[in-house]
Amino acid sequence: MTAMSLLSVDSLTVKLPVAGEMRTVLKDVSFELEPGKALGLVGESGSGKSMTVRTIARLLPPGADVTGHVRFDGTEVFDLRGEALRKYRAGDVSMIFQDARAHTNPVRRIGDFLTEALCTNQRMPKKQAEARAVELLAEVGIHNPEQRLRQYPHELSGGLLQRVMIAAAVAVKPRLILADEPTTALDVTTQAEVMVILKRMQSEYGMAMLFITHDLELASSVCDDTIVFYAGQVVERQQASRLHRDPLHPYTAALVRARPEIERRAGRLPALPGHPTTAYEAPDGCAFAPRCAFAQDACRVSVPPLLRIGEQGDSRCVRMPELHGSLLAAAGTTQEVTP
Amino acid sequence: MNTTPLLAVEHLGKRFGKGRHQTTAVADVSFQLAEGGSLGIVGESGSGKTTTARMIIGLEAPSEGRILFKGQDRTQPARGVKELRERGRNIQIVFQDPYTSLDRRQRIGDCLAEVLGVHFRLDREETKRRVRELGELVGLDERQLNSLPKALSGGQRQRVAIARALAAEPEILILDEAVSALDVSIQAQILNLLSDIREERGVSYLFISHDLAVIRQVCDDTIVMRHGAVVEHGSTAAVLDAPQHPYTRLLRDSVPRDGWDPALSTTRS
Repeated sequence: MTAMSLLSVDSLTVKLPVAGEMRTVLKDVSFELEPGKALGLVGESGSGKSMTVRTIARLLPPGADVTGHVRFDGTEVFDLRGEALRKYRAGDVSMIFQDARAHTNPVRRIGDFLTEALCTNQRMPKKQAEARAVELLAEVGIHNPEQRLRQYPHELSGGLLQRVMIAAAVAVKPRLILADEPTTALDVTTQAEVMVILKRMQSEYGMAMLFITHDLELASSVCDDTIVFYAGQVVERQQASRLHRDPLHPYTAALVRARPEIERRAGRLPALPGHPTTAYEAPDGCAFAPRCAFAQDACRVSVPPLLRIGEQGDSRCVRMPELHGSLLAAAGTTQEVTP
Repeated sequence: MNTTPLLAVEHLGKRFGKGRHQTTAVADVSFQLAEGGSLGIVGESGSGKTTTARMIIGLEAPSEGRILFKGQDRTQPARGVKELRERGRNIQIVFQDPYTSLDRRQRIGDCLAEVLGVHFRLDREETKRRVRELGELVGLDERQLNSLPKALSGGQRQRVAIARALAAEPEILILDEAVSALDVSIQAQILNLLSDIREERGVSYLFISHDLAVIRQVCDDTIVMRHGAVVEHGSTAAVLDAPQHPYTRLLRDSVPRDGWDPALSTTRS
């Protein structure tokens, strides 16, 4: 598998300096991404999903302590310097952020925003870059692209601006798109429209995508595979479409069950006790154990390894072989855990 | 059931700006909230749901229509402090962002005590007892009551905001996207808390949200708003299971779920 991965993250551990001490934000994260595939990163706030993507884009704050490997097409990303790093960031990976308004310059026109990368990095003549920008805007479903190029970000709605961001991200034809909650700030109907465009662009350009979201349903409908983060660790990895039907970790199962449904009202939501922890605050042993309905003494002793569960995927739960297949049903019959 | 609803809103409208710059935020909105009931307002950004809420608690003066609380007209601003406080005791609100809706220099317990002081004549011991009671109701312990907001997580802050609203012993609690910013696991805790409080206290909810699943969990009746107007109104089950208006159907189909394909739910792409 490794031979053909576009992106390979191997035993990645990241510590950041906070108030004079080093705090762990990612712990032993490993995964692979093949060309053209979409991988979903799901988890709650502070779980490390954004930090993973920032590490891949080499956007960590100064003073960060990184161990492990990130390889892009076989090249060690942390060894990139100068021109090579610029080429990697400008041409190989592109990033789409949650808040498009905060990531566009309010005093520059949409046209400047779209053509800047083409002119400076690809040395495209201004005229040609503008023609390309018009083409890109049309591709992301924006009407009157010529007119939009002359407008400023404040003249566009959130959904339109996010489409402009997508257009800018794919302009240089990168091989990997890093999308950090690109639709979280949008209304549901706009989210659906933007997702259609993002998926279409991804398949047309043959790009791989890391898609961060906290929405399990969204991840399972737009990604091929999904990994679930908890407290800076990967706790589960499997095919996206099976994630909420047959979860491989008690945490994922608990998330699926805690979410209310449109179709029916639950008498009481099976809420998880306590609150999400960060890697820094995580206890010894399994980070999820204090909130887990299935935790046993063994869970609190050492950090469980990522176990292979048949052909289906990986799980960082030592009890998975016995629990597998019964998580969604059984969780309701176990005793209520108090925080 | 009592013939006078707890809250009635009749042909409510709100326009902002003048002349060429005039925009209509809310137009001809009517609904009723029964005693002990729970009404959901669904809509996307700019649909006028928050403006409607702001008019009901008196933060915004309506351009048209009437707001009746127990049959009593309160469309006009309150005359005098006494009336203003009385209105505050009737209807309270919880906002979306628990990071900006709390005073960061005020301890949680003091924040609750301040509200109690405004609305009731209590001695120190009684105030202390009530603060503890409110803390218990929303699941905050003594240590958390003595801390500043910065020591609390988002979910805990939202509990504080709910306790603060309940301190005035309101008959109506308006929840404006009150669980939208929370993580899934915390959101479930707060939703359960809200249904407990409703059972225990008999408070009526006006629940504003863009999240249809959350609306299903909390609300008996639901209105769907678009561009400032109500497009559909009915029991939550009817609105969500058999939507009549195309916009309600679009909203429903846009929610990602098992086997969802974004391409099939969008009208234009």
